[in-house]
Amino acid sequence: MAAIRLSLAAFAVILVLAVFALAGPRAALLVAIGLGYGLVLEGLRFGFAGPWRVMVTERDGRGLLAQLLAIGITAAAAIPLIAAAPQELVGAAAPIGIAMIGGAFVFGAAMQLVMGCGSGTLVNAGSGNLVGAVALAGFVAGSFLGTLHLGWWTGLGSLPVLTVQDFFGSTGGLAVTLLGLAAVAAVVVLRSAPGKRLLPRRLFVAAVLIALLAIVNLAVAGQPWGIVYGLGLWGAKIAQAAGADLSANAFWSSPVHAERLSQSILTDYTSLTNIGLVVGAFLAMRWRAAPAAQVKRLRAESWAVVLLAGLVLGYSARLAFGCNIGAIFSGVSTGSLHGWVWFAAAFAGSTFGVRLRPILLRSPQIAAAEGSPA
Amino acid sequence: MSQNYSFPPRSLVALATIGLLVLLAGADLRATGGIDPFDAPPPVAFGSGAAPSGAHCTDM
Repeated sequence: MAAIRLSLAAFAVILVLAVFALAGPRAALLVAIGLGYGLVLEGLRFGFAGPWRVMVTERDGRGLLAQLLAIGITAAAAIPLIAAAPQELVGAAAPIGIAMIGGAFVFGAAMQLVMGCGSGTLVNAGSGNLVGAVALAGFVAGSFLGTLHLGWWTGLGSLPVLTVQDFFGSTGGLAVTLLGLAAVAAVVVLRSAPGKRLLPRRLFVAAVLIALLAIVNLAVAGQPWGIVYGLGLWGAKIAQAAGADLSANAFWSSPVHAERLSQSILTDYTSLTNIGLVVGAFLAMRWRAAPAAQVKRLRAESWAVVLLAGLVLGYSARLAFGCNIGAIFSGVSTGSLHGWVWFAAAFAGSTFGVRLRPILLRSPQIAAAEGSPA
Repeated sequence: MSQNYSFPPRSLVALATIGLLVLLAGADLRATGGIDPFDAPPPVAFGSGAAPSGAHCTDM
């Protein structure tokens, strides 16, 4: 076991050094931050889809409270940092719109089908979960396809970009954000069952660590933690390699995206933290003396549903301007109002998805017990 | 009968995922002509004086 753990530590160091040699110090730092995300999310079982599910099914609010704590700690540093250095740091602000709300609702439903959100899908794939790996392939394809139609969807109607800082200034905006998070936490506590209202030490530590990593992410990259952009870029790179011409596409021909497309993914900040996150999840999984078993067997059509749900996750996250990380975590913690609307719409969708899952994803044993062919 | 797959184990699925990412990054590095180390941004954006240059999920 000691030899395996030593190899895992060496693997992490080699990865960071290789990225440093290829793409420079900032890229190496971002991969290291991504490793941290993966280690904490997988090692301490901090997630988004699972806590939202058990909040609905078991009235267990502990995971959701940990999320709110992490967002609050991040906001307490991120909003003042952005105010102090507006030329160097930007928040995760996006407009509230019809497609954004619909995308968040669909994302919330789909994430309950694959048991993973944006970060969760990467963690699941990195930790060897077969459902996560299949969903990730769909996620990459979906987030790329979403970029191709983003202009049409946003044209359905949206408000301008709105932040709490626009209405209340930096200090007031932070206060409103923290009050909003506290109000949601109060509702979660009131709705939770007795014994499922207080954060266990594991989740408290995880929330603090995730927040610290997200703050360092902002300071290093100049932008908050994000996931979906990198996955869409990977899809675009694969499409280009297969002969697709994206030069006429409105999204990929805009200067910022055209530049990302023409340069290595090792210069893209969200790709770097995504790669680190996947590897970090693998390290945390292998670090355990007894890694968890593989997922349960599913019927063939259920695997097709997982792939399709991954595709829907990616597509809807693109329309919604982010997943649970880019929109809620980074949006809310840097003051974007779209993060709050995303939260409400995705939670409603998640509640729907919880009811959909047992209908769409069935094991052969359950199907056989019900008399249908496996 | 066990409901768990005996194959592929978690390690194999994880290593295959990481392998595909390495393949993607390597092929992309080749296709884009590599990275100019003298063009790399400062290690930390905060305090660098440079405008943010990355792309994010919230970009249109």
